[in-house]
Amino acid sequence: MSDFFSHLVARYNYWIYITLMMIGLYAMIAKNNLVKKIIGMNIFQTAIILFYISIGAKKGATIPIISHGSGHEAHVVKAADYINPLPHVLMLTAIVVAVATLGVALALAVQVYRQYKTLEEDEILQKIRES
Amino acid sequence: MNAQMPVLIVVVPLLSAFAIAAAGWFNRRLCMPTAAAALGVATLCTLGLLLRVIQDGEVVYRLGGWAAPWGIVYRVDFLNAPVLVLVAAIALVNLVATSRIVVEEFPGKEGAFYALYVLFVTGLLGMVVTGDAFNLYVLLEIASITGYALIAMGRGRAVLASLNYVFMGTIGACFYLLGIGYLYIMTGSLNMTDIASFLPPLYSSKAVITAFIIIMVGVWLKMALFPLHGWLPNAYTYAPSSVSSLVAPLMTKVMVYVMIRIILTVFTPAFTFRALGLNQAVVWLAVAAIFMGSLMALAQRNLKRMLTYILIAEVGYMVGGAWLGNRAGLTGAVLHILNDGLMTFCLFLAAGNILYRVRGLNMEDLRGLFRKMPFTMGGFVIGALSIIGVPPTCGFFSKWYLILGGIQAGHYGFVVALLFSSLVNLILFFRIIEVGYFEPHSEHRHEGQDHAPSMEEAPVGMVVSLLIVASGLILAGLYAGDIVQRVVNLAIPESIV
Repeated sequence: MSDFFSHLVARYNYWIYITLMMIGLYAMIAKNNLVKKIIGMNIFQTAIILFYISIGAKKGATIPIISHGSGHEAHVVKAADYINPLPHVLMLTAIVVAVATLGVALALAVQVYRQYKTLEEDEILQKIRES
Repeated sequence: MNAQMPVLIVVVPLLSAFAIAAAGWFNRRLCMPTAAAALGVATLCTLGLLLRVIQDGEVVYRLGGWAAPWGIVYRVDFLNAPVLVLVAAIALVNLVATSRIVVEEFPGKEGAFYALYVLFVTGLLGMVVTGDAFNLYVLLEIASITGYALIAMGRGRAVLASLNYVFMGTIGACFYLLGIGYLYIMTGSLNMTDIASFLPPLYSSKAVITAFIIIMVGVWLKMALFPLHGWLPNAYTYAPSSVSSLVAPLMTKVMVYVMIRIILTVFTPAFTFRALGLNQAVVWLAVAAIFMGSLMALAQRNLKRMLTYILIAEVGYMVGGAWLGNRAGLTGAVLHILNDGLMTFCLFLAAGNILYRVRGLNMEDLRGLFRKMPFTMGGFVIGALSIIGVPPTCGFFSKWYLILGGIQAGHYGFVVALLFSSLVNLILFFRIIEVGYFEPHSEHRHEGQDHAPSMEEAPVGMVVSLLIVASGLILAGLYAGDIVQRVVNLAIPESIV
């Protein structure tokens, strides 16, 4: 049992991202309101962003800014002293993608509301069946 | 100029999208020619690249001059060069063919429409040309987001269908991204060939196997493989016809290409087909896709909806062929990407032409269409024959390779599924041809008189484009041997026999 807990605590970042992902997935599948579904989708994407951010971290490392810039004589940079900036940079792009997807989804939700006068999925399907 | 071709096929459409959006504010008549010019340049570049690849082999382009593992690399080889030509050419022909519909259907919105159209093509071309796994994700999302917006421009349930597509598509893309994250943890690289060079000692690692499966599920969601196909029929049925003839042939095909690229380049056949041991299961999944797609197509009364279910069955063909894991099966799958792109494009264009004149695609709307639109229906029949797999149309040859692969692999379920699907397609299309040829026209005004309804073809541009595509189907069939020998064969690694 203690083995399990130490496993859980040592990799808590993975558990957090999986929990968040499942919350998002649950909202997307189970919620009836389209905006709630869209928020669930956004949580799902954010979970993956957090996952990427967390894998860049290292114990005892600092931010990857090298204080003496170019022009000084060559100096050795120990990669272990700096956290990995690459996943962070990737996630800048992924955040932009997530925002764009959210924007498109919300715009579509507005259109759906104009068309059916409701955002509840069961009511929309009811209206489609009646027409 | 020649050396820059790999990047030009992405940069020219990308920048022209902004020009088109700007032109939409000032002079809307400039939008369509700008888009046509940009896609024309892209098509020429892809053709040039294909010739260069056939002559000298693989072309590698380093963006900004940064070397491979650090910078982004565009890599054109025998696998993606023909897919690039397919994407660019279909996008260009569809643009010209549907320009008339666009002006009538979206008055005042040409700027937005063509900007989205060109961005969508940019995303697809980029996905095909890139050699970087994360870059592929970004371009996938560019293509997807513009695709959502394009589909939502349709009438009726289009917006709701598009929103449903947003949910499913986002899950698919996120799964792909997550899998790439796992691979990055394990290898520390995002470049496809670089990842491939680090992976062999890690093939038994659970993280790598998980990464592979997560990526595959994401890609299958995006290509609508059978249990994950829920979003496709509505989205493609309710999309405007100028959009569905662009998105339907290209999006699924490009995703199949991405799957094959991941199977062959990022992971090696040694991992996918031998170490993993999922071949049989995936081929059975494809068999289920073929059966369900065909059966559900039988139940449809709307031409466009029926085509979308045929599309789902066709995705099963390609996935199954690729996962048979032998040379004939993979040849069939790669050849079918090209052929099926052309075939579905031909059929959706014909559906667009019919919709333009008849304003409906239900069975009763198709009555007497052979008299009314003989040329459109001629193109439709050629497309239909190709989907059924009648020689000399190109559909026959890829199906031949797929069946051959199934027999060589000893997977008779797949062979039966292919034959079954061909028979169902025969029924489906002959039902339409029967209704169109023998039943009298519904708007027969002079009842009792033996008076044939006058011919009322779609505009010349649309008909000519359709006939060009239809003749392309026959040409691709006649030259299938050359295509296989000089391109497709070289795309498949020699370790696969």
